[in-house]
Amino acid sequence: MNQLQNFTKGFFKENPILVLVLGTCPTLATTSSAINGIGMGLATTFVLIGSNVVISMLAKIIPDKVRIPAFIVVIASFVTIIDLLMQAYVPSLYEKLGIFIPLIVVNCIVLGRAEAFACKNTVLSSLIDGVGMGLGFAMALGILGSIRELIGSGSIFGYKFISGDGILVFILAPGAFIALGYLIALINRIRKAN
Amino acid sequence: MEYILIIISAIFVNNVVLAQFLGVCPFLGVSNKITTALGMTGAVTFVIVLATMVTYLIQIYVLNKLGIAFMQTITFILVIAALVQMVEIILKKVSPPLYQALGIFLPLITTNCAVLGVAILVIQKNYNLMQGVVFGAATAVGFGLALVILAGIREQMELVNIPKGMKGVPISLITAGILALAFMGFAGLV
Repeated sequence: MNQLQNFTKGFFKENPILVLVLGTCPTLATTSSAINGIGMGLATTFVLIGSNVVISMLAKIIPDKVRIPAFIVVIASFVTIIDLLMQAYVPSLYEKLGIFIPLIVVNCIVLGRAEAFACKNTVLSSLIDGVGMGLGFAMALGILGSIRELIGSGSIFGYKFISGDGILVFILAPGAFIALGYLIALINRIRKAN
Repeated sequence: MEYILIIISAIFVNNVVLAQFLGVCPFLGVSNKITTALGMTGAVTFVIVLATMVTYLIQIYVLNKLGIAFMQTITFILVIAALVQMVEIILKKVSPPLYQALGIFLPLITTNCAVLGVAILVIQKNYNLMQGVVFGAATAVGFGLALVILAGIREQMELVNIPKGMKGVPISLITAGILALAFMGFAGLV
């Protein structure tokens, strides 16, 4: 496959959230503001790149029967690394994302890419796939976070665009479901029109 | 009294799906019919209670004793994966009817973040074993409650004319949002 296509598929054609609807838990939970969403997206990208590269290297050595547990160990190792790094260097973001950092390990996107792509492809394609998919995930989280922050408090990345308090419910739990629902409906509509 | 507080808080006030966003994937995936929703709830309850007990004991007697608490994520997910596999094998031998009812849901549970989430939350909240188990069971009931309500609404929704782009995931998400709004009414109860 063309490496450029391999890279861009994560953004539009196979966007993990907006098209495949995988990994909804962190998507809903961490997008109360744009910066939180992007932070979560980048943390997942790190894990995705690491696990994709290591798994594509080890794919030939790992026996088929213990494939899934072996993948999970690799993924969990990278999750532990990012968990400790974030705790040390960005404690405020770490505090906000809370339990969803260790929960990257059960994010369907990471295991899904390992199973569907990394174990069958070369190291380089797996690396590019990881970067593309991860940034596509981060982009979708950023978009959803911006929408919720804008409607909920009138700002994006903390910069005020609309004066006043905004509709608080969009920062709370119900707003997450509703905003993601309408966003996916919109993407469906655009894809059908093309 | 303390247990009642934990139960009410876990089921209504901090509902695992609608307020904490754990286990949203199966929440959207198996909420087509009430019967499958009930089956999934049974399997999840079983695994959550078991997993909470085992991971709690491992945290206290192995990880903390050896000073390797940073291994929590790796250990917990492996324990849960092994546990799910074991439950599957045992159920198949001991109780075939129960296995038939829960069987197809069991492999899905390993990647249900509610299970790992509850295991980690119990440690973070400094519960003791009994509180942890009660919290786990109540969380599973909360999960089941949300799942069955959504399944009931979705069964009705199949008969309704929904705009094409909204069909499937989007309308389920918006319904869940309205449900979450309703559950916010419980806030302040505990």
